[in-house]
Parts: sequence; C-alpha cells; structure tokens
Amino acid sequence: MANDPSKAHGAAVRAASAPHERVVLDDLGIRRALVRIAHEIVERNEDLGGLYVVGVPNGGVPLARQLAENLREITGVELVVGILDTTLYRDDLTGSAQRPPLRRTEMPSAVDDRIVILVDDVFSTGRTVRAAMDALMDFGRPRAVQVVALIDRGHRELPIKIDYVGKNIPTARRERVVVRGREGGLDWPLEVVVLADEGEGR
Amino acid sequence: MMGRDLLGIEGLEREEIERILETAKHMQEVGRREVKKVPTLRGRTIINLFFEPSTRTRTSFEIAGKRLSADVINFSPSTSSMTKAETILDTAKTLDAMDPDAVVVRHKVAGVPKRIADELSAPVINAGDGAHEHPTQALLDLLTVWEEKGRIDGLSVTIVGDLLHSRVARSNIYAFQKLGAEVRVAAPPTMVPAGIEALGVKVVTRLREALDGADVVMVLRIQKERLEGAFFPSIREYSATYGVDRAKLRFAKDDAIVMHPGPINRGVELSHDLADRRPGVVLDQVRNGVALRMAVLYLLAGRRGEPREEGRS
Repeated sequence: MANDPSKAHGAAVRAASAPHERVVLDDLGIRRALVRIAHEIVERNEDLGGLYVVGVPNGGVPLARQLAENLREITGVELVVGILDTTLYRDDLTGSAQRPPLRRTEMPSAVDDRIVILVDDVFSTGRTVRAAMDALMDFGRPRAVQVVALIDRGHRELPIKIDYVGKNIPTARRERVVVRGREGGLDWPLEVVVLADEGEGR
Repeated sequence: MMGRDLLGIEGLEREEIERILETAKHMQEVGRREVKKVPTLRGRTIINLFFEPSTRTRTSFEIAGKRLSADVINFSPSTSSMTKAETILDTAKTLDAMDPDAVVVRHKVAGVPKRIADELSAPVINAGDGAHEHPTQALLDLLTVWEEKGRIDGLSVTIVGDLLHSRVARSNIYAFQKLGAEVRVAAPPTMVPAGIEALGVKVVTRLREALDGADVVMVLRIQKERLEGAFFPSIREYSATYGVDRAKLRFAKDDAIVMHPGPINRGVELSHDLADRRPGVVLDQVRNGVALRMAVLYLLAGRRGEPREEGRS
C-alpha cells in the first residue's frame, strides 16, 4: 500500500491523487460509528457482563478492541476480546488450489453462555459470518450471537442479517472495500476505502 | 507458490518453508482447543501408503488428517495384495484411481515417492524414503526450534549420530541451512557419508567440538541391531563417545535444546534424563508434528490433477 502524505486530508484530495480509490469513511467517522454501536449494544443487552467481543481478522480485530473499550467507558465493565479466524471454515476451499493464508485465533475465554458480539469489518455475502458462527460453535455454546459490521456493502448471498451496522455503502461487485491503517497495516488511524475493479470481491 | 507434492526439503524455497511454518503455527492453536477438529478438508480422502512399518509418523499423519475432517485410509503392504507381487507402481495407480486428495508415502528405497508422484494425479507427500529425505520431520523440527528460539537465522545447530543411514539428518541439513542456520555434524568416521561436506556442513568427529556453542543439539537414532560391530565396536563405546547426556551438554550454549526424532534408544544415543526433561524437547517435537502435518495437508490436499512443476525434487 503506497503511503501518500496528501491522503491525510481526506476523500476529496485522495480522489484527485488516486482515481482508482476513494475514502468512504475516515478515522473520525469510524470512531463515531463504534461509539454509536456501543450504545446500541448497551441498549439491547441487559447482562453486560456476559458480553464477549470477538473480532474476525484482520480488519475486525482493531474494531473489536475499540468497541470493547467504548463499552468499558459506557458501562465500567471490563470485557474480554477474542480473535477468531474463519479461514479453516470457509466454504470456498474446495475447488481452489491455492490455499488462503491462515490468520490468528485467540479465544481467551469460554464462549459458553456468553453473548458473543462478532465484529467484522466489511459485511457482504454473509459467508464470513456463516463461517465465523461455525467456528464459534466449536468453542462452545454461546447464549446468543450478535453481529457488528463497520460497513455493509450489500450483495448478500446467504440469509444472514447484521445487528449493528456502521455505515451502508452500496458498491459494485467488482469493487473492493477495505479497512486499513492510514499509516499502513491495521493501526489507528483507520479509514475505509473503496478500490475500483481489482478482481472479485469476496 | 508450492509445488503439488512435498518430496523433499532440497527442492523447496525458503519462502515455501516459511509459509508451511506460518500455517503450522496457526494449526497449533486448533490442537489446543477442546474440540480439536475443523471442517476444512471435509469430503477429502487421504491415503497413508506405508511400505515400511511406522507407527509414529503414520499416526501423526492420521491424526492431522482427521483434525482437518478428511477421511484417512491406512494402507500397508502386510495387509494388502503386495504379498501377491503387485508392483509398487501398480499399487499406487490402483489407489490413485480411487481419487484420493493426497497420498502419503513411506518406502525403504530412496526415490520411490518421487517415482510414484510422477505417475499419480494426487499430491504425494514423502513420509521418509530410504536414506534420502523425511521432509515433514525436518519441518516439524524447524517449527520446534522456531517456537523455542524465536528464530532460525544465525543459530548454531549440531546433528550427532548415524549420518550415513539418516534421512532425518539430510532433510534437516537442507532445512536449517535454507533458513539461515549454521549446521555442524558429528559421527564416527564410519558413519559419515562421502561428500557430505558438499551440503555445506562442517564435519567433526569429536563430539565436544561439535557441541561447542551449539543452540540446538539434534541426536539421531542408532539402529543398534543392524549396526553394531560393522560401524562401531560396541554400544557401550558409542554411548560413551557420541551419546548425549547432561554432562556433555555443558559444552553447548547454556540455553541449548536437545532434540530426537524418535524412537529413542534410551541410554545409548540419548540419556534417560534428556529424553524426558528439558532441555530435551522430544515430546514437543511429537506434538508439533501433528500441527505441521495439518499444515502440509491443508496446503496440498485439493491440488489433485494440477500439473506438477518441472525440475522439482
């Protein structure tokens, strides 16, 4: 990922300097969305101590951490954050020769009887969430699973709904939507970018 | 990025080895779960084709396959029509016609897995061929050292024992050198294969010299039934000169670890104490073997029918 200092100034400048990508949500926008979602979670769930925030790598992890932090600030309850890779549960492994790289899984606490808040960065077909639910069930029997997605870009292929959405962003199938660190990697400050036409979206 | 088969370490690039190790690291996490099974290879079939008896390696592959939800079939000559003089290739082709997604081969003759791979549509994984290679053993050794030391680059690795008959030694020499370690070997002169220096290792006959400053000490199995008399005067003498115990280990680095591919002749090449306790890491090697083989099966099963790259060993 190229790093251009002008990118810090936002979407308009970016669009001018890199026509194939546009920022659709900047750092402040992401933080605001996560604060709002934290409030929605508090509103919806009575047993806040039973919450277990689980991020799907890579993009879901920094979002899950920030969300847990927001929940702690609102409620005073310290929450466990888990990391759950879904790669081994994907439904597209048959028929693809090149295996996708595996990512980290760290589930520091049992999921039994917890309300799992599953955090994904970009929600689209529903397949990642389907895989994540299968993975989750291998770790135990959660009381409930609720899904957070920072971005809903549409193109649903499975009957799966999200409980909390940061922002709806209509996209073309051939576009890609990524959450990325403005300085590279997945460190804050983050931004959400739509990239034009680089192969199929997942 | 990898070829379709895993026949040896010699033909692998550093990046390919690193990718396997990275994948294995994540597979270790699956092994620590209460439910140690993921659906990744559901509906896939893996055949363990072992022409030479093996319990550890075969079991390790079997568990690895089952943890990935593959169906694993064990096929060994004593229980098959091999006794009816069916040739090795016929057997392999017959099994291939049943459309397995990977075939794991062990044979006492070097080169058999390669020969089989040339005929089969399924990816072939070498589980040990003669004194040639045993790639998954070397990879699980790398994984164990990586876990212990946090790196391979720049480490000093000493391999002690029967280099002449050891596929484990060969694969490990390639593996550790490719990842930037320096490898020394020590053995009685009768057990040093001619030309081994060409692999880039330093050959010494004195154990003390071989252990000096080592980060990793890898002890090889002595096949005492077959070798005594011909290659060294007596077991007792071998043990005194080349057997690794806590006293001799003081020449190595303070934090050196001791490895053995098993099965161990306790009190011969390795002391009881080191077989069971740190700095011996023998059981960690076994545990890592399952994760490593899961990684290899994950990366290769499913590549049936792909054209194989030319010139790979």
